[in-house]
Amino acid sequence: MITIQACLDGLLLGILFALIAYGMALQWGVMNIINIAQGDLVILGGYIAYFMYLYGIHPAWGVIVSPIIMYFVGIAIYKLVINKVVDRDLFISILATFGISILFMQLMNFAFGADVVLANSGYGTTMLFDNNVVLPNSKIFSAFISIVFAICLVVYMKRSKLGRAIRATAQNARAAKILGVDTEKVYAATFGINAALCGVAGALISITFTIHPYMGLPYTIRSFMIVIVAGLGNLPGVAMSGMGLGIFEEFADYILGTEFRIGSVFLLLVLILVYRRFKLSRKREYLK
Amino acid sequence: MNKNSWILYIGILVFGLVAPFIFPAFKVQLSILCVLIVLATTWNIQGGEMGYNTFGNILFYGLGMYLCASVQVGMFFPLAEWTESGGEKTFVHTPSQFFQGMAAGLVVAAVVPTIVAGLIGYAILGLRGHYFAICTLGLGVAAGEISGGIEIIGAGQGFTTPPFPNIGGLEARGEFFYFLSFGALVLTFIAVRAIYTTRFRLILNAIRDNEDKAEAMGIETMKYKITGWMISAFFCGLAGGIMGGLVGYIDSTDVAFDGREMGVFMVLMAILGGKGTLWGPIIGATLFHFFKEGFWTFFLGWQYVALGVLIVVIVIYFPEGLMGWLREKYPERFGEVVDEADRKAQIELK
Repeated sequence: MITIQACLDGLLLGILFALIAYGMALQWGVMNIINIAQGDLVILGGYIAYFMYLYGIHPAWGVIVSPIIMYFVGIAIYKLVINKVVDRDLFISILATFGISILFMQLMNFAFGADVVLANSGYGTTMLFDNNVVLPNSKIFSAFISIVFAICLVVYMKRSKLGRAIRATAQNARAAKILGVDTEKVYAATFGINAALCGVAGALISITFTIHPYMGLPYTIRSFMIVIVAGLGNLPGVAMSGMGLGIFEEFADYILGTEFRIGSVFLLLVLILVYRRFKLSRKREYLK
Repeated sequence: MNKNSWILYIGILVFGLVAPFIFPAFKVQLSILCVLIVLATTWNIQGGEMGYNTFGNILFYGLGMYLCASVQVGMFFPLAEWTESGGEKTFVHTPSQFFQGMAAGLVVAAVVPTIVAGLIGYAILGLRGHYFAICTLGLGVAAGEISGGIEIIGAGQGFTTPPFPNIGGLEARGEFFYFLSFGALVLTFIAVRAIYTTRFRLILNAIRDNEDKAEAMGIETMKYKITGWMISAFFCGLAGGIMGGLVGYIDSTDVAFDGREMGVFMVLMAILGGKGTLWGPIIGATLFHFFKEGFWTFFLGWQYVALGVLIVVIVIYFPEGLMGWLREKYPERFGEVVDEADRKAQIELK
């Protein structure tokens, strides 16, 4: 029964991770940027939903409000910092976003306090298998919303004009520029969409789990891990590896204990990278 | 080496030896500065000379810190009961026990991280660029999270290092740790300076500039990369051991494996001063320490906000660092021959 419980929990959690990872893959593919502040954007989105909850609005509405606010936050970050690091070395972007991450972490700590909080959705729970498996409805809700947003985004990227421009820029920024795509605008929009996705995920996390100003970095690492396992621009792969990571985490939590949960995630990242490095080195190649 | 640089070195050495007596109020700050310089200089071997930007040197620093304290306690008292008591003075080190323990602890703190670096080096250093950066970031955070779950070294509640013994009413704690860290700094400087005059540095630079070509030229790059990392690990572990005794309290994520602070600081200090130079990290660390102490005093409570802004500003507007800027401004002083006409032509081209 524990096995089924952990698998189901992991699956629902993994869908959320996949949503964040999709944003990561988007900006990595289009702008060639690794955003360490990804997790902090998620947490900020969570606090928006939490505040609506504090002021008596049902936190589920955060799923709509938070991405709108986060879109503009994303654009602001892009205009202030990211547009100066887009063409530079990847390490510069890693360090610069590390700075943003520290900044956000501390500002959130001032603004919202260092307590672990959650927005209570009051959705109740579902019992399965003769009451042996307990699933909070909020988890099912959050997985459902994540899937809806992911599908909307995929359709948008395929059909709309901006989506086409984003895909063109990802393929070849210079050629896209020659053909009249305003790449600067595309970059800003990409970063904004990424931040909005983080906002959705954050609002869902604040309903389902807990949020805390310093919890951002693990989400960044998870999404990075999912992206390197799945590869850029491979949405089914992102969903699959997200769910796999969710299940891994639930089992690590159950077998090793909660205090080793985050540690095991980071260790898994190291192991995956090392495994891929050995696999590629047989062909005299390396991860690029 | 010419006469001027000898005068400079001797001047710095003399200043270092008398500094704790001239500025008795800043002994701890000066000791921390020495440790920071060691960390920045060793980071520079990876990030500056070899082109492998690591966030993972914090692993060796934290490892050294825990090892030094554990050996110092474990040599004389049961370690588990020590951490259980959480700093209560159930067991007291006599002076000779303290110094013997510290000496043995520092040796272990330097040697074990070196071995660890050698063992994991083959796996990790095969990664390149940002994969290496993120992998080492993960390694550092994982080490912090895992050590925070191990009971015998204090788990979540932390580990109190042995207090400095009272030798006949003489208060010498500050001086002792200052000279220890200054000694580590001098040792590091001499070692790194010696390394930088050899072919080893040229090989590291070749790896940085183009690893595939270096390999094609017949250099066993992996061997040199691992050696470089082991040198870093040695001095990082030593610095960690000293810092543990200096702070007096070890916490897994806030003091030892503090990737959020120390792990980023060492990168920043090296970048601020100028990557890939001998003096850059030293100047950068000194400047950074002044900045940081200023922040911590004047922006009390807002220091991390200021720190975040500082990181962004340095990285975006100052990626070449102080030495890089000086080099552009006064290329003659760095031994570069400048053809004035050619330089003007280049400026006009831009």
